[in-house]
Amino acid sequence: MTIADSDFATTEARRARLFTRINAADKWLQMLGLAWITPVLKAAVGDNPRAQLVEIWRLLLVPLLAVIGFVALWGVMAPKVQTSLGVIPGPGQVWAEMVNLHHDAKAKSEKKAAFQIRVDARNEKLIAQGRPEQVRDIAYTGAPSYYDQIWTSIKTVGFGFLIASAIAIPLGILGGLSPTASAAMNPLVQIFKPVSPLAWLPIVTMVVSALYVTNDGMFTKSFMVSAVTVTLCSMWPTLINTSLGVASIDKDLINVSKVLKMSLWSKITKLVLPSALPLIFTGLRLSLGVGWMVLIAAEMLAQNPGLGKFVWDEFQNGSSQSLARIILAVLTIGLIGMMLDRVMCALQSLFTFSNNR
Amino acid sequence: MKRTLCTLAIATALATPALSAPLELEQDVLTLGFIKLTDMAPLAVAYEQGFFDDEGLFVTLESQANWKVLLDRVIDGQLAGAHMLAGQPLAATMGYGTQAHIVTPISMDLNGNGITVSQSVWDSMRPHIPSQADGRPQHPISARALAPVIEQFNAEGRAFNMGMVFPVSTHNYELRYWLAAGGINPGYYSAQDITGQIDADVFLSVTPPPQMPATLEAGTINGYSVGEPWNQQAVIKGIGVPVITDYELWKNNPEKVLGFSAKFVEENPNTTLAVVKALIRAAIWLDEDNNANREAAVDTLSRREYVGADREVIAASMTGSFEYESGDIRPIPDFNVFFRYNATYPFYSDAVWTLTQMRRWGQIADAKPDSWYDELARSVYKPDIYLQAAQMLVDEGHAEAADFPWTSDGYKSPTPAADVIDGIPFDGRTPNAYLDSLPIGLKGTQTVNDGAVHG
Repeated sequence: MTIADSDFATTEARRARLFTRINAADKWLQMLGLAWITPVLKAAVGDNPRAQLVEIWRLLLVPLLAVIGFVALWGVMAPKVQTSLGVIPGPGQVWAEMVNLHHDAKAKSEKKAAFQIRVDARNEKLIAQGRPEQVRDIAYTGAPSYYDQIWTSIKTVGFGFLIASAIAIPLGILGGLSPTASAAMNPLVQIFKPVSPLAWLPIVTMVVSALYVTNDGMFTKSFMVSAVTVTLCSMWPTLINTSLGVASIDKDLINVSKVLKMSLWSKITKLVLPSALPLIFTGLRLSLGVGWMVLIAAEMLAQNPGLGKFVWDEFQNGSSQSLARIILAVLTIGLIGMMLDRVMCALQSLFTFSNNR
Repeated sequence: MKRTLCTLAIATALATPALSAPLELEQDVLTLGFIKLTDMAPLAVAYEQGFFDDEGLFVTLESQANWKVLLDRVIDGQLAGAHMLAGQPLAATMGYGTQAHIVTPISMDLNGNGITVSQSVWDSMRPHIPSQADGRPQHPISARALAPVIEQFNAEGRAFNMGMVFPVSTHNYELRYWLAAGGINPGYYSAQDITGQIDADVFLSVTPPPQMPATLEAGTINGYSVGEPWNQQAVIKGIGVPVITDYELWKNNPEKVLGFSAKFVEENPNTTLAVVKALIRAAIWLDEDNNANREAAVDTLSRREYVGADREVIAASMTGSFEYESGDIRPIPDFNVFFRYNATYPFYSDAVWTLTQMRRWGQIADAKPDSWYDELARSVYKPDIYLQAAQMLVDEGHAEAADFPWTSDGYKSPTPAADVIDGIPFDGRTPNAYLDSLPIGLKGTQTVNDGAVHG
């Protein structure tokens, strides 16, 4: 045995450790849509380069080429379509519009700071006048920047989705456990599931206006209207999948629970939920996707703040930059939709320990 | 009224001319709605020039999808107030379309609208329009030039469709006025048929302002009546030709108003005053020094949160000229008036004119006495609030006392025949006599029932 040999052994051991780590990371990378990093890492550590190259080609280069191909096709075809607002903007113009909106957002944040100073001055004056009860924080009254609008939409869909899940999961469990409840819910689900957000919106607007009378509550009325519309449209996939997941639990497990004389609560938490979780998550992912689509439509129609309003405003503006901004919004909506899905996917893997995605 | 004025005058005389105490605002955070049109300018200017700030108001301006949504949001309180069509507060108060007591303490502008026809309709109209010495068409163009085109459409079995922005909009009444002045019947409304197409030679329908050019381009309508910049947009896009502006139709006709629900004004009198003060200052700013600030106003309006159309499209009508046929640019310094000629004063006679048009076309189904017109105008238009705000501005040194009609009884002196395209004078004090003098339209006790005019 030489010193070199012992060196060799330690390197081998280190490599083996590295591979284990890479394989462990792979699960997460796949979830995040970054599966191509694994073969790159493996190649870097010195795994069979040819095999890794094939993987890199499939996971990274092919998707990349497809995107480049799409952008190139867009760039070539767009200038050929003449609209009354000028030609359809290509990737370059859309990028330039992104830069414009970014500068606009920076200018707005400066104005916002100046506004905050005014609000502070107002509040100090009120304190000096001995009227501290009127002191309050006033939200910026200027036009929202593009980033603000994106954030508003994400908050709204998140809130609507949380309400939807809070309603749909318990109802789904009930429907899965009891065939009677399922029979009762089934026709209603069938009827309400296909209703378009545009049909819900007028009803929701009227009902929210009637019930939510205060104008300075925690949420604005328009936020509630958008969020409730999202709830109404997005709860169905969760409800259906939960009920399906609960209903298809292994009969043996149910029998075990009977033998052990488990309480209803521990039966649900110990047996039903864990085995139904993969399907519940599938439902949640579908719900979030539906909710995001619905939200944009609701914002467009009701003029509630968010990305939908941004699109509608630009359509109405009809300026020479409007089309580029609308295309930018479409891409943003798509990217955020994808990210929301990835987040749900990651949550699913965290909670279910299975390969079921 | 007179007593208020006296009290004000005395108060002014006693107080030192220094700044008066700031108003005790009931609400200092509010949202005001608007539609993307250049005549929302006073709102944008009051915000950008800090006039709202000076009043201690924290105002959010929010564009709305269409006039219906805007009105609904004012009624349910999501908006404190909004830029409105002059007919909207009147119609809502009398319960036409929707029922809610809406009031207006300030008018926002005079003129500012136009009637546009599609390029192909223009080409067919042009041979019927006399030319000037330089070969350009002679203005104002009468709807008589349109009559042969409509006949041609009918002979081919096609309907002639035109767009306007709302059933109770000034644009609807202006388009109808122009057509009727040219001998064309734009159709009647009845209680059962609210399309307004009974007996019509031309079929009018509602399209939201910013969608007009797109709808014209799609061929759904053959022309439209709308506020700026949507007429100039058609010229620049090369899809249509504005044939007449409302200034040529009726010189210095009233246009938009700022509408609040009566409940809001009652509960927030000082907030209302503060908003009116800021808007009067904005109107003064827009018109002062011979429209010197208009270029700056165009910059503001072209930002995407306000009107958002291209700068040159907005500038085309905001800076004293108007482009008719592509390249045919003519000066109209008074096309957009925000303060001159008492543009901001809410005259009862303006309300009465709008009401006569509602009666003329059947939106008001039955004959009403002259006193009814006066009472409705008084319940909606609130010049006393306006004058109070004006007095405060004069005291603060932001306005000249000479610019306000302190002693007006709310009725403008009658519009002379020369100021109107069909040469029919208008006196707001005698609406029924005015209605009887119009050649087309309901008169006396006529009613519309079962799709026909009776009586």
